Order: sequence, then C-alpha cells, then structure tokens
Amino acid sequence: MNLLGKLSWAAVPLDQPIPMIASSVVALAIVGVLVWVVWRGWFPYLWREWITSVDHKRIGIMYIALAMVMLLRGFADAIMMRFQQAVAFRAPGFLPPEHYDQIFSAHGTLMIFFVAMPFVIGLMNFVVPLQLGVRDVAFPTFNSVGFWLTATGALLVNISLVVGEFARTSWLPYPPLSELTYSPGVGVDYYLWAIEISGAGTLIAGINLVTTILKLHAPGMTYLRMPMFCWTSLASNLLIVAAFPILTATLAMLLLDRYLGFHFFTNEAGGNMMMFMNLIWSWGHPEVYILILPAFGIFSEVVSTFSGKPLFGYRSMVIATMAICILSFIVWLHHFFTMGAGPDVNAVFGIATMVIAVPTGVKVFNWLFTMYGGRIVYTTPMLWSIGFMVTFVIGGMTGVLLAVPPADFMLHNSLFLVAHFHNVIIGGVLFGAFAGYTFWFPKAFGFRLHEGLGKAAFWCWTLGFYTAFMPLYALGLMGMTRRMQHYDVAAWHPWLLVAAAGAAIILVGIIFQVAQLVVSVRRRDELRDATGDPWNGRSLEWSIPSPPPSFNFAVLPEVEGEEAYWGVKRRQHEALGDEPEYAEIEMPRNSPTGFVCAFFATIMGFALIWYIWWLAAAAAVGAFATFVAFAWRDRNEDAIPASEVARIDRANRSARTEAFARQQVRS
Amino acid sequence: MSSVQAVADDPHRLGHRQDTRRAGPSKRIVVGYGFWIFLLSDIVMFSAFFATYAVLADRRAGGPGGSDLFDLRNVGIETACLLLSSFTCGVASIGALRRRDWFYGAMAATFILGAAFLALEIREFAGLVARGAGPTRSAFLSAFFTLVGLHGLHVTAGLLWLLTMMAQTLAKGYRTDILRRMLCFSLFWHALDIIWVALFTVVYLLGVRS
Repeated sequence: MNLLGKLSWAAVPLDQPIPMIASSVVALAIVGVLVWVVWRGWFPYLWREWITSVDHKRIGIMYIALAMVMLLRGFADAIMMRFQQAVAFRAPGFLPPEHYDQIFSAHGTLMIFFVAMPFVIGLMNFVVPLQLGVRDVAFPTFNSVGFWLTATGALLVNISLVVGEFARTSWLPYPPLSELTYSPGVGVDYYLWAIEISGAGTLIAGINLVTTILKLHAPGMTYLRMPMFCWTSLASNLLIVAAFPILTATLAMLLLDRYLGFHFFTNEAGGNMMMFMNLIWSWGHPEVYILILPAFGIFSEVVSTFSGKPLFGYRSMVIATMAICILSFIVWLHHFFTMGAGPDVNAVFGIATMVIAVPTGVKVFNWLFTMYGGRIVYTTPMLWSIGFMVTFVIGGMTGVLLAVPPADFMLHNSLFLVAHFHNVIIGGVLFGAFAGYTFWFPKAFGFRLHEGLGKAAFWCWTLGFYTAFMPLYALGLMGMTRRMQHYDVAAWHPWLLVAAAGAAIILVGIIFQVAQLVVSVRRRDELRDATGDPWNGRSLEWSIPSPPPSFNFAVLPEVEGEEAYWGVKRRQHEALGDEPEYAEIEMPRNSPTGFVCAFFATIMGFALIWYIWWLAAAAAVGAFATFVAFAWRDRNEDAIPASEVARIDRANRSARTEAFARQQVRS
Repeated sequence: MSSVQAVADDPHRLGHRQDTRRAGPSKRIVVGYGFWIFLLSDIVMFSAFFATYAVLADRRAGGPGGSDLFDLRNVGIETACLLLSSFTCGVASIGALRRRDWFYGAMAATFILGAAFLALEIREFAGLVARGAGPTRSAFLSAFFTLVGLHGLHVTAGLLWLLTMMAQTLAKGYRTDILRRMLCFSLFWHALDIIWVALFTVVYLLGVRS
C-alpha cells in the first residue's frame, strides 16, 4: 500500500511555465506576507484579533478580503482567456488546450464560489447585525467555522495550481465528461472536494444569518421596519438553506460515481446524466439569486441614502424580493431547454423565467422613483448603482430573450449566453459588491476610500465591461460557441480583439482599485470619519462610531419606525436624549475552533483528492476532536465593564452631537 | 431560581432593557430555531436523494429489483428499533430536565437501539453485496445504497453525538448550554425517524411491490 496515495513528484507540473510561474508568484507572496507579519511581531495580534475572532464584523471583513484576493486570481484567468482568443485565430495561441480548459474551469469556479459568494456573505455578515441593532449574529463561533471552511475551499483550488491539476470540465462538472472514465486525473476531485467543503461553510453562514434576521432584533425593529438590505439578505439566506444542500447532494453523487464506481450519472448500468443537469441547476438557478438579491439590497440602501429620500415603495420592494425568492426555484430548466423535455415543459419554464422579470422590474422602477425628485449626490457608491441600473437592465433583457425556448435553441452554448451572464453578474453582483464595499468601508475602518480613484475605477470597469462583453453578444449571434481554444473564422477575429481590449480596460480599473485602497490607507487621517455617519445615513449602523466597538451598541436602540436612525436624527436636531444607564456587556469569547477545524478540513480534502486514506481519517478525527474541545469549554463569554462601555459611548455621543450641530448650522 | 429568572429576562445578556415585553427570544429558542433551520436544510438534501432514487428506481440494468432483494421482516425490526429509540430519546430529554436519574439509562437504551438498527442495516448491506447486488451493479442499487446509507450515516453521527453528550453531562453536569445541545440532539434524532418513515415507505414498501 502506498502511504501517499496517488501523490508523487510527477504531480508538480515543472515542465509547464505558466502555472509554475503563477503559482510561484502566489507562493512567494504568501510566504512574503507571512514572514513580514512574523517579523513585525504582528502574528499574536492577528491570531487574537482576527484568526480566532468570532466578531461578525471581523469575519465579514475577512470574507471580503478573501473575495478580493480571489478576484485578482480569477481575473488573471479571465485576461489570459481573452488574450488567448485574441491571438488564436488560425493559430494555437499561447495556452495549450488542456491548460486553457483548466483556466476557464478555474475562472468560473473562483468567480462564483470564492469571489461573488464571500463578497456578498461578507457584506451581509458585517452589515446585517448592525442594521438590526444587535450585538452579534445568532451563532458567532459557528460563523467563524463557516468562514474558515470557505477559505479551505479557496485554498484547495489554489493548491491545484501547483500540485496536480484543476478540472477541465467547466465550473459545473457535467457528466459524463466529469466521470472517471473521461477525467481520470485529480482535477475534478479538487473541484468536488473544494466545493463540498466550502459549500458546508456557506450553509453554515446561511443558517446563521436566517436565524439572526428572523430572531434577533433591537427592541421595536419589526420585520417591516428592517432596512431593505436585511430583507434581501433574508431572502438570499433562505435560498442558501434551501438550495445548497442540493449542491452537496449532487456533488456527493458524482464523488460516489468517481470514487466507488456508482452509477448515478454514468452511461452504463442505467445511470442518467441529465439528472445531474436537473439537480445541479435546481441549486444553480437559486444560486444566481443568492448572489444578486444582496446586491439589490445594497443598491436600495445606496440609492436612498444618496438621493436623500426614503426608499420608494418599500413594501412593494419586500414583496418583489420574496417573490423572486420563490420564483427562483421554478425556472431551473431554462439552463437546458435543449435537453428535449418537449414544448410543454419548455413553455412552462420559459414563461416562469419571463415572470421573474416582473418583480425585478418593480425593483428597478422603485430605485428610479427613489432618485426622482431627490437631491442626488454622485459619490462612488452611487455611480456604481447608476451603472448597475443601466447595465443590469440590458443583461435582464437579453435574459428574457434567452428565456424564449426557440431563441435559446439558437443561442444555447454560444458567446451570447456568456455575454448575458457576465452582463448580469458583473453589472449586478460585482457592481453591487463594489458599491457596498465603498459605502460601508468607512464604517468598517473609520476612514473613507479615496473618491477620485474610486470614480476612475468605476469608469474603467464600466467602459471595460461594455468593450469586453458587447462584442460577445455579436459573436454569439454569429455562431461562435463558448470555450473555444482556437478558431478559424475570420469574421470573429476583430470582435475578439475588441473584447481583449475591454479586458485590458477592466485591468486598469482593478489597478485603480488597488491604488485606491493603498492611497486611502496612507491618507487615512484626511479621510477620517469622525462622526460615524459619513454619508448622512438612514439606518442604525450609522448611529454608532466608525469602526464600531466590539459590542456594536452600548445600549440597544429603541426603534420607532422605518429608517431607524433617520428618525432619530429628525427628532433630535440639537442634542441626543439623556445619557442612558450603562451596564456590563457580555460578548462571546474568541475561539480558534473555526481555524483549527478548517485546518483539518484542508488536510482531509487534500488527502481525499490524492487517495491518502489514513490521512483523511486522521484529519476527520482531528476535526471531531476540535468540536469536542469547543464543547468542553467552560467560559463562553467575556464581560466588558460598564465603565468601558460608557467611555466608548460618550465619545460617540459627543461626536454625534457635534455633527448634529453642524447640520443645524447648514440647514 | 433568581439566576434562572435573570437568564429568562435577559437571555442574550445584551445589557439592560427597559421594556420586558420587547425582550428578544431566549437563547434556548434561538438555538432550537437555528437547529430547525439546519434540519430543514438536511431534509432538502435528503429530498434530492429521494428524487434521485425515484428517477433511478426502475433503472436496474438487468439486475435484481426491490422485490428480489428486500426483506420486510428485517426492515420491520429496524423500524421498531428506531421508533423505540425515539421514545427512549424523549425519555432522556425529559430526564435531563426533571428526572436526572433516568437520563443515563434512557440515553444508553437509545444508543443500544440505534446501534442495533445500524447493525441490522450493515448486515443487510453486506448480504446484498455478497449476493452480487452491490451499489455498482445498477443505477437503482447505487441510489438505494446512497439513500439508505446516508440515513445510516446520520444515525452513526447521532450515536457519536449521543456518546459525547453522555460524557459531557458526566464531566460538566447539566449546564444550560449542555441542555441546549440536548434539545438539538433530540430534534436531530426525531428528524431521523421522520426521514426513516419516508424511506421505509418509498424504498421498502413500494420496492417490494415492484
């Protein structure tokens, strides 16, 4: 028996320059950061305050940091593909086919699971408890476990760069290609275990946030007083709870096929591969709404804040959100109209798909009417929101076009489809994430992001997006299918050159974003947010200092209407009410459970990928022992003394009184 | 009693509060609620496997079907073990709250019944594999072994959890957080019963007739 399973030195692709260079750059960066952190003596701080933190704000920030790093990695894949297609006209290009296939698979996997998902979950984690007026999520340690399991998934995908290979089966591993017969390597196994583990993390986040939103509120914060972002987060997390188990089940079946020779999706012995498409998309379609709904919530907050008006049609927005939540479960078949289910079935799903456009349209009109007559301030988050409205409507319309089954038969698997979903994911989810990032950054760190660089990034992203993806619509109509490593149709070539130029413009946008972060950190003193309310906000997160203290609220706020903080500001122009009576606050203690558990999950995943059974079993025992150790803990909470609470809150109150006084002078 | 009262008044210990009517739910409620959400998600996962089984039930690839393979007597004993273990689990959760002298006995009975269920299931599986009707034989058998085996895996996890709970009460006593875990455990154990009832009907009763 081989102690290392399938693992050997042959697994390291020493002969392929691109993955080796890329991975050594990544490895060098990681080692460099680690050395720097240890050398500066920051490691104990990082361990105490971040890695073991169960504070929802810190966990949210770490989710977003993970998403941003993975965005760079996923974008590197994207720009390689664009340049490959730009040069691969009657030529092999610079990416060999087996490598190109891994790149488009890794690009999709990273962007959905490790960029879009952690970005929106991070924002929800950070913002939702603050908006609800509570001190933490329902299950703080569990929250940390969820984050670190997501990080495990991301790590496994990145390890595949150096050790072995990644899947060549696209971001959803359709059988029979993904079965052992046709994909004998470890690539698909990397994909499957990374997604199984991070999927468990996502489910944990979903359960946690659903419980938080439905059960924990400040006094008076009834459901219909919750900010819109809380509602869309609720819908999104309900979808996570209902949809992610299907993903887990589906991928588990594929694992059984691959590891133990079962026959779920095989060609032989009665397996049914179309069942995979049905199962994976009954997760996959809700998944797009899991991503877009929080973005809708962000736009609602941003548009209302920077128009200086309450959100137009709040209740219709709630109804539209919940309608989308339900409808998203009955449209999955539109991803494979060409399966041949027959005209009746296709018509039902086509119409259901078009019906989803109705509540979405309600939302767009609500945002427009919120802006109508408002005193609009064109800050960076507002620019992202307006850019979203224009771009997303175009993406939505091409989506309705694809919902017509006969049209779909023509456009299926073409670049038209690729253009459509990038149109809604970049123009919707990513613009929303960027809007939320810029909007809540001062809350998280106490200083604003540089506006000029943020606007420059916005314009590059927008211009780059249209330049990169509008040609793909044309190419799709010209019959170019997706995922082509090379081609010999002369008419396509100029369009692909334009698309590559678009990717380059997006790259400039990303460079501006990195510069924005660096410049803002350096000039943090002039960008300081002393008031805790830099945008003249309307919900409770703006009523506390920036960054918020670990307990968020010194005294739980009494909510007396929609737009909780706006109401307070309206009532208390000159001064805040009397100083409340401060009391000791008990907060959950930090715990390394999440990190240690993810450490074992990483080892277990890696061992299973390489068939190292003893190591997988040992890691499973380790993970179980971690939970037992956590369960054996005697002290779960640390008390923050009333004097400390009073000190922090008095500073906040005086900053706020000054801000109110300034407003008074202005008005 | 006074400390219990304080916990009930301010369950999250979120600081002082003026209006008791607006108190948030107790931690016990929040934990139980969260665990219910988890159970619902678990049931969604099972339903994916049920749906798969329904699709593949007659994909036998010329191999044996349910009527050739299932032994209702064995499954009946399994069912009896599991349902009885749910009863003893209920006794154990009452015991943890009121009659501490019942707790360990009832938990041990739950464990034995659960382990007996598992042993019978493993025997059934081993018998099928020995007859050449293993999961690799046909899509139907793949789906059968996975669906029933997933329930068995849940029972195994439950038994591990049960032992951990027993050790924990022994070491730490009946602390409030441990009692909350006990609540979750009994919810979990009863949920496995509900799933088994569906499994017994859809897989075995319908399978024998086919």
